[in-house]
Amino acid sequence: MSFQPIRLASVAAAMSVLAFSAHAADEVTGAGASFPAPIYSKWAEAYNKATGNKINYQSVGSGAGIKQINAKTVDFGASDMPLKDDDLKTAGLMQFPTVIGGVVPVINVTGVKPGQLKLTGAVLGDIYLGKVTKWNDPSITALNPGVTLPDTTISTVHRADGSGTSFIFTNYLSKVNAEWKSKVGEGTAVNWPSNGVGGKGNEGVSQYVQRLPNSIGYVEYAYAKQNKMDFVQLKNQAGSFVEPVEGAFKAAAAGADWSKSFYQVLTDEPGKDSWPITGATFILMHTAQDKPAQATAVLKFFDWSYANGDKAAAELDYVPLPDTLKAAIHKAWDSSIKDTAGKAVASK
Amino acid sequence: MAATLPAESALSNAKDSGRPPERRHNTPWGDALFSVLAHSAAWLTLAILAGIIGSLIVGAMPAMREFGISFLWHSEWDPVQDHYGGLAMIYGTLATSIIALLIAVPVSFGIALFLTEMSPGWLKRPLGVAIELLAGVPSIVYGMWGLTVFGPILATYVEVPLQSAFGNVPVLGTLFSGPPVGIGILCAGIILAIMVIPFIASVMRDVFEVTPPMLKESAYGLGSTTWEVVYNVVLPFTKTGVIGGIMLGLGRALGETMAVTFVIGNQSQLSQLTLFNAANTITSVLANEFAEAEGLHRSALLYLALVLFVITFIVLSLAKMLLMRLQRNEGART
Repeated sequence: MSFQPIRLASVAAAMSVLAFSAHAADEVTGAGASFPAPIYSKWAEAYNKATGNKINYQSVGSGAGIKQINAKTVDFGASDMPLKDDDLKTAGLMQFPTVIGGVVPVINVTGVKPGQLKLTGAVLGDIYLGKVTKWNDPSITALNPGVTLPDTTISTVHRADGSGTSFIFTNYLSKVNAEWKSKVGEGTAVNWPSNGVGGKGNEGVSQYVQRLPNSIGYVEYAYAKQNKMDFVQLKNQAGSFVEPVEGAFKAAAAGADWSKSFYQVLTDEPGKDSWPITGATFILMHTAQDKPAQATAVLKFFDWSYANGDKAAAELDYVPLPDTLKAAIHKAWDSSIKDTAGKAVASK
Repeated sequence: MAATLPAESALSNAKDSGRPPERRHNTPWGDALFSVLAHSAAWLTLAILAGIIGSLIVGAMPAMREFGISFLWHSEWDPVQDHYGGLAMIYGTLATSIIALLIAVPVSFGIALFLTEMSPGWLKRPLGVAIELLAGVPSIVYGMWGLTVFGPILATYVEVPLQSAFGNVPVLGTLFSGPPVGIGILCAGIILAIMVIPFIASVMRDVFEVTPPMLKESAYGLGSTTWEVVYNVVLPFTKTGVIGGIMLGLGRALGETMAVTFVIGNQSQLSQLTLFNAANTITSVLANEFAEAEGLHRSALLYLALVLFVITFIVLSLAKMLLMRLQRNEGART
C-alpha cells in the first residue's frame, strides 16, 4: 500500500474535480443503545445541515451495538453500559461518554404528591427484594414524617427487557444494599426477586405503574419528566435528599473522577447535590483504525456535537457533559485512536 | 361439452389404427418447468424447516452442554450468575394455553352450533363475518386492550371475589393466591382464548356445514332434538375437522407473543402454582430479552425456543395419532 506521493496527489486532485459532491458528503454508520438514539439523530440532522455530512444511527440496543462494533460492520458502537477497561483492551476498543441521563423511581400511591415521598437506597432495595411489602412499613414512615401512607401492599415494576436503565438501577442498589448485591447483583437483566411485574421499555414500566395502584417502578429521567410522572426524592451519599433535576445529574457527573478511566457508573456519587442514580451513555470505537478517514468523520461529528449540541440535548432532557470532561475526551481521542501507521487519527 | 368431440374423434382414430391415442405434448418445457417448480417448493419447505431446527440446535448447544436436560425442571433464571432453567417459562406457556383452550373450545362450539343449526338465515352472514374479522385484529391490539381495559375489570369483578370466596380452600386457595391486579397467567389465558375463538369457531362452522343434510334430516325425522342431532350425528361425522380446528387454536395459543407480553407481567419467578401471579411464557421472554442477551443467556433463550418447537411438535403428533385412532375405530364399527 505505498503510493507515490505525487501520483496520489494527482489522483486525489482529479477525484476532487470529477466527484466534488461525493467527496463533500462523508457518510458514517453507528449502531447501539436506544436511550441516546433521539439525541444522536437530532445531532446528526443538525450536523448534516451544517456540514453536509451524513451520520446514520441504528437504535438496535446496547448489546447489539457492541456486537456490531466488534464485527466492524459499523464505524462506531454505542452502549448504555460502560465496558470494563480490561474488556476494552482485549476487544481493541476505546469508549467515551456523550450525554448523561439518570434513572428516577416513580410511584402511584394515592394521597402522595409528586416529589413528596422520600426514600433511601437501602429501603428502595428492600422494597425490590420483597422485604418491605407495605407502604406504611416503619422504615418508610420513619423517612416521611407528616406524610400519611396507606396500609397497602407495594407492587414493584421493573424492566422486562434487557436495558441500560436496569443496569444503572441495579448497580445503584448493589452499592447501597448489601443483601441486593449478594442475592441479585447488577446487570442489564437480573433475576428480579419479589413478586413484581415486568414491563417492556420505559413505556411498559410507566403503563404498569399508572395501571397498578400502590406500585413503584423506575424509568429514565427524560421519560419521567416528559410524562410528568410522580417521582420520589432519594437520599444521596452526602446524606441530603435530592430531587431528580438537571443540576443534580450534572453534580453527579462532576463528582466522578474521569481522569484515569472513562469506566464510570455515576451511581451513589459524592456531592450534596448529586442525584444518586445517574449514568452516562457511551460510544465505542476501535483503537486501531484501518479506515482512518471514517474514524475522522466520526470524531468530527462528536467534536461538532460537543461544541454545538448542548442546547439540543437539554431540550430533549439529556444532561450535557461538563467542559472538563469534554477536554479529557479530546485528549483520549488523540492518545488512543490510531491509524495503521500508529499516527493519531485527526478529530478536526 | 365441446371438448368431447375431438376426444371422440381421437378415440375413433385410435380404434381405426388399433393403438391407444398418443399423449399430447404441446409444451413439454412448460410441464417440466411446472414440475421443477412444484418439487422445489415442496423441498424448500422441508429445507427451511430443517434449517430452523438446525440453527436452533447449534445456537442452543452451549446452554444444552451447560445445563443438559435438567434445564427443563429448574426454574431459576438468573442472567447475573449466568444460570438458567426454563421451567417457569414452560409452565407459563402450558398454563396459559390450557386456560385458553378450556374457555375457547366450549365457546367456539356454541358459536359454530348456533351458526349452523339455530341461527335465523339473515343473521348467519353478518355473524360469520364478524367472527372472521375478530381473527384479523392485530395481536398487539388485544394486548393493549387486555392491559388497559380488560385487566382492571378482571381484577375487580373476578379475581377479588374469587380470592375472598376460595381463599381458605386448600387447592383452590393456592390457585387463587397472589396479588389480584389483573395481570398474570389468568388474564393472559383469557386474552388468548378470545384470540383463538375465531379460528376454532370458523373451522368448526365450516365442518359442521358439510354434514350431509340427509343425515341430519333423518335424525330430526326420527324425533331427535337439536342437541341429539348435533351430538349423535354432526359431531361424529365431523370429529376430524373439529380436532383439527382445536389444534390450530392450540398452536396459535402456544406461539402468541405480543398480546401475552402485555398482560402476563413478565416475571420469571415460579414460587407457587397460582393463576394470579405475573409469569412469563417462552415467547414473551424471547421477545423481551433476546435483543440484549449475549453468550450463555442468548443460548439459553434459543434452548427455550427449541423447547417450544418440541412442545408444538409433540402436540401436533398427539393430535395426528388421536385422529388415526379415531379413524381405525370407525373402520372397526362398520
